[in-house]
Amino acid sequence: MATREVISTGNELAAIAAVDAGCMFFGGYPLTPSSEVMHVISDLLPKKGGVAIQMEDEIGGICAVIGAAMVGQRALTATSGPGMSLKAEQLGLAQMAEVPLVCVNVMRGGPSTGLPTRVSQGDILQSKNPSHGDYKSITLCAGSLAECYTEVVRAFNIADRFMQPVIVLLDETIGHMHGKADLPTVEEVEAGIVPRKRFDGPAEEYFPYECEHDQPAVLNPMYEGYRYHFTGLHHDKNGYPTEEIETCRKLIQRLEDKVALHEDEVESYEEFMMDDAEVMIVAYGSVSLAAKESIRHLRKEGIKAGLFRPITIWPSPAAKIKEHTDKIEKVLVVELNIGQYHGEIQRAAARLDIEGLFKVNGRPISPYEIVNKVKEL
Amino acid sequence: MAFNYDKYLRLEKMPTLWCWGCGDGVILKAFVRAIEKMGVNQDDVCVVSGIGCSGRFSSYVDFNTVHTTHGRTIAYATGIKLAKPDKMVICVAGDGDALAIGGNHTIHGCRRNIDMTMIIINNFIYGLTNSQTSPTTPKGMWTVSQKAGNIDPTFDTCDLAIAAGASFVARESMLDPKKLEKMLIKAMEHKGFSMAEVLSNCHINLGRKNKMVSAMENLEWIDSITAPKKKYDAMTPEEQLNILPTGILKQDLEADEYCDMYAEIQKVHQGERKVITQDDFAKKI
Repeated sequence: MATREVISTGNELAAIAAVDAGCMFFGGYPLTPSSEVMHVISDLLPKKGGVAIQMEDEIGGICAVIGAAMVGQRALTATSGPGMSLKAEQLGLAQMAEVPLVCVNVMRGGPSTGLPTRVSQGDILQSKNPSHGDYKSITLCAGSLAECYTEVVRAFNIADRFMQPVIVLLDETIGHMHGKADLPTVEEVEAGIVPRKRFDGPAEEYFPYECEHDQPAVLNPMYEGYRYHFTGLHHDKNGYPTEEIETCRKLIQRLEDKVALHEDEVESYEEFMMDDAEVMIVAYGSVSLAAKESIRHLRKEGIKAGLFRPITIWPSPAAKIKEHTDKIEKVLVVELNIGQYHGEIQRAAARLDIEGLFKVNGRPISPYEIVNKVKEL
Repeated sequence: MAFNYDKYLRLEKMPTLWCWGCGDGVILKAFVRAIEKMGVNQDDVCVVSGIGCSGRFSSYVDFNTVHTTHGRTIAYATGIKLAKPDKMVICVAGDGDALAIGGNHTIHGCRRNIDMTMIIINNFIYGLTNSQTSPTTPKGMWTVSQKAGNIDPTFDTCDLAIAAGASFVARESMLDPKKLEKMLIKAMEHKGFSMAEVLSNCHINLGRKNKMVSAMENLEWIDSITAPKKKYDAMTPEEQLNILPTGILKQDLEADEYCDMYAEIQKVHQGERKVITQDDFAKKI
């Protein structure tokens, strides 16, 4: 794989990645610590003929993004926790109407206004079900500067494959971290773009929401001669509102199954020194950097620790987690919240003795805190 | 020959869910006739609606249609328009949709002056959800959420749009469908943000409890609170107090349209012109 070396920040890389992945529209609202994504993309998009607009509020930002995506464009919004809360209803419409988009959430302390300029991983559960109702979210989590780029690229391809929003979680530390990153070349990214499916037959034979039980809708861009209806209501094969019992059931089941039956296509994780591990540390995002450092220290002291880092957070790599937790007795989940992913690891492992190291004061976890916790186990 | 609406309707969606005697159907037909007269291709039009009785408008007409969430019509439409500036975008919303929950998008849509037409169907009440107070419900009227009588001051949609910077603002009622049709054509032909308020009846959920039990009585009341702009301008302030003027209330042909201005931003970033400064604008603040 050809690579290029850049020096940048996580937020900037997320913006550059979107543009390289073919994004032509950004809609957003200033929100610390994510605003740099808008600052950067508002220069990049008009240069290539795209549009970046600062809307009147967070809701307007994602609405405009969904609108542009309905016209067929790859579109991005970026925000942080309070903005995610405001965008939640529209994410639900994008799930229901099957409109692909990418939403970057640079996590800060919460709830409410919380700690605007400090790090947290408190939006893990929110990113699973931001909106009311049943659907299956896809959430990716960048654990390095390079991944701020590669995961945003991957998010766009997944969004178009599954025809739904994809959330990319950064955290304040990763978003504002400044350093070196090895990235794939733009040519490589462009070669990997998988465009949305489209219907090319006669318009009278086009039923956008008529699809197999485990497949997403095929939505042609608007204004191209295929007139149909987008709605957040339960809808039939044309997109027209309906309350017909079987149509309603099938629709919601399909929203679940189109992801649930194809989880292998989105699954992504990293195993670091897991081959002979006797202690399994689970960490993601910026915390995984501290975890890796702690593992190096622990190994010097003869403690065989390893890291399991989910990159696709939702759906979780549950089978792989269980494979490890069936063999490894000591399992420690380290995260910047009070155990939001800990619960998921317990579920995946079918074990209640999973240990946790949690921190919610807006400060990163240091490698030494993890080392000390592992020694206590 | 009578006008044939079939080409523009999703006949399989008929009958509509609107009540017998509702004005929304009259507005829908005026809109369709306006489109036909303008000679616009159906494929080049997108109709975006919100939530409420008016929200169903988009599902009945055969264009590219989007039924959005409550109040967000203009925000969705803004993304659609910016992505395809050469195509037409029409927003349809109700008084509660556009002026209460969607008030922020409405004022900023007006301010941005992006080329789209916003049809606000004002029936003075939340009709679909059974008679709650809307921002245009007249003071003293009964609503299910203010059974002692509404005390909330009312918005004047057109005054609001003018103040917020819309470059075309007009009002008609559905009592005169021909006038309405002409007004909609002018609104849609105008380049910039066009606010077209259409007063309509809801004798079921406004009228029944406010001494207007039939559609006709509700419409007579609308007639009594409206006057053509010319007539309105000749009235004394006391006479004007409870009258809403109809007709074109503002048309600014000089205002900068947002998509055009964004094209200038693109030119700056593509090296075709220098950065935009205050000198580029006649009206700076």
